[in-house]
Amino acid sequence: MSRVPLPYTQKVLDLFRNPKNLGKMEDATVVAVAGNPACGDMITFYLKINEQQIIEKATFESYGCAANIATASIVTEMIKGLSLETAWKDVTWKKVTEEVGGLPSVKFHCGILAVGAVKRAIRKYFEEKGTMPDWVPKEHTFEEKQAIEEEELAKTLSKRLKVAEEKQS
Amino acid sequence: MKQLLKAHEGLTHEVYLDNENSTMVPKEVVDAMLPYYNKKGYGNPTLTHKPGWEAFETIMESQQQLSKFVGAKILEELTLTPGETEANNLALMGAAFALKSKGRKILISEIEPINVLHVAEMLQKFGFTTSKIPVNTEGVVDLEKLKEAMSKETIIVSISTVNNELGTIEPVKEAASIVKDINPESVFHTDASDAYGRIPVNVQDSKVDMATVSSYKILGPRGIGALYIKEGVNVEKILEGQIGTQKLWPGVENTPLIVGFTKASELAFQNFDGNVNRMRTLRDKLVNGIFNELTDVKLNGATGEKRSPDNANISFLRCEGEALTIELSLSGIYVSSGSACSRRLLQPSHVLVAIGRKFSEAHGSILMKTTRYMTEEDIAYVLEVLPKAVGRIRGIVGQTGVD
Repeated sequence: MSRVPLPYTQKVLDLFRNPKNLGKMEDATVVAVAGNPACGDMITFYLKINEQQIIEKATFESYGCAANIATASIVTEMIKGLSLETAWKDVTWKKVTEEVGGLPSVKFHCGILAVGAVKRAIRKYFEEKGTMPDWVPKEHTFEEKQAIEEEELAKTLSKRLKVAEEKQS
Repeated sequence: MKQLLKAHEGLTHEVYLDNENSTMVPKEVVDAMLPYYNKKGYGNPTLTHKPGWEAFETIMESQQQLSKFVGAKILEELTLTPGETEANNLALMGAAFALKSKGRKILISEIEPINVLHVAEMLQKFGFTTSKIPVNTEGVVDLEKLKEAMSKETIIVSISTVNNELGTIEPVKEAASIVKDINPESVFHTDASDAYGRIPVNVQDSKVDMATVSSYKILGPRGIGALYIKEGVNVEKILEGQIGTQKLWPGVENTPLIVGFTKASELAFQNFDGNVNRMRTLRDKLVNGIFNELTDVKLNGATGEKRSPDNANISFLRCEGEALTIELSLSGIYVSSGSACSRRLLQPSHVLVAIGRKFSEAHGSILMKTTRYMTEEDIAYVLEVLPKAVGRIRGIVGQTGVD
């Protein structure tokens, strides 16, 4: 059972109750997923990107806690109308945390995962185009690594679960 | 936190179902306690003056009553502690230190509460080895595996009478017999906190040597519990300090809490069958209602007679538990979840994992316990709100949480 008290801010609570830009986007230019349900923490972003490489629209779906939902929601608002380059450079997890009025420290990873998912989407967009701009580093950023780390953890967890599943059958 | 509380303003109905983690204390229990703060018995029971003697008299009477409720032969078999955690620590550590020359092996079930699990693991630093006995998918401990693991070297075995998360009733009587047959010198401990007041508990019915009971688990005040230790069983103290009426637990006795624990026990047992039937009826309505209203739900733990009458533990698939607890709280329904969400470890309840639940199923688990004070209207309100709450959270998930 979880035991850490979570003093969520009014903003987190508002976004949890009324998330903005929620739901699947049928005509998305790029879709990126980060996290894993085994970790109880997963986000999907749908981005509509125009020819000038501006994010016209962003929507999300989230399997996670209130902080996960709130940070994903605020990120869709923050990146809307930005060029891919500005979104990459300016939307940091610290800014996301500030925008929701702060998060309990155990929830920082929610903001990091949300930014990781956006960066993954942008990288994917250029990979699909076949050209990578010089402002996208070859190395994964801190936020992208966080997403990978969570997914790796999910794999380890699933391996351990196989043992448990054998028990069930 | 103030803003969070403000968001709850204007609630018309509130239902507290998180009786696993703390409870409301009924007025009659509080009323019984209050005089002992400033009217009588507020003295230290080991000192020679009227308020001290009053305290001594009150504690002894309470201890006598509590002894009868658990089936102890004499009141000295009961040690009052500040709660279940302390009683379980005393049982495992105290017995381990007393028996270390006879062997070094400890056995517990893999679904023991944290205050048994972590103590048993901690004792490994002091040269003991701890092994965990597996459970089946209902959370029933495997007696064959217990028999295999048990040896002359095993000095302590601890298996809860009722698992706190699943409500599964364990075959403690059979387990204690197996343990004692193989090593009569070992001690058998059971945490009976979740059995006390829900199923008949009498330490004379089995070969148990030690049993833990807790006040807040039966709607008494927090901060008080007891460990039954059969006469002749050797347990060392684990804390040092001024010894008063409790030979194995130092410090000044908390007379009002002891009175509250006793009153709460009295109320639980004075109409035991009626109380249990009420809990069971409400719990069954709750569980059946949820299964009628919602798809993709799974009951965690045993069914029927193998389950404690108050416990409902349900996994809502495609629905993260922490988000659901908050959504329900905003409508005045208070529950807890086995989700790992507030822990960076990303590890959900070890109990749910032990019965073979997938991690995503454990993250969507909600634990609820009914009490005799709840009403049919309370359950109806929960059944009205819960499907909407689950529906909204699942709506945010979309296709993302499907694995």
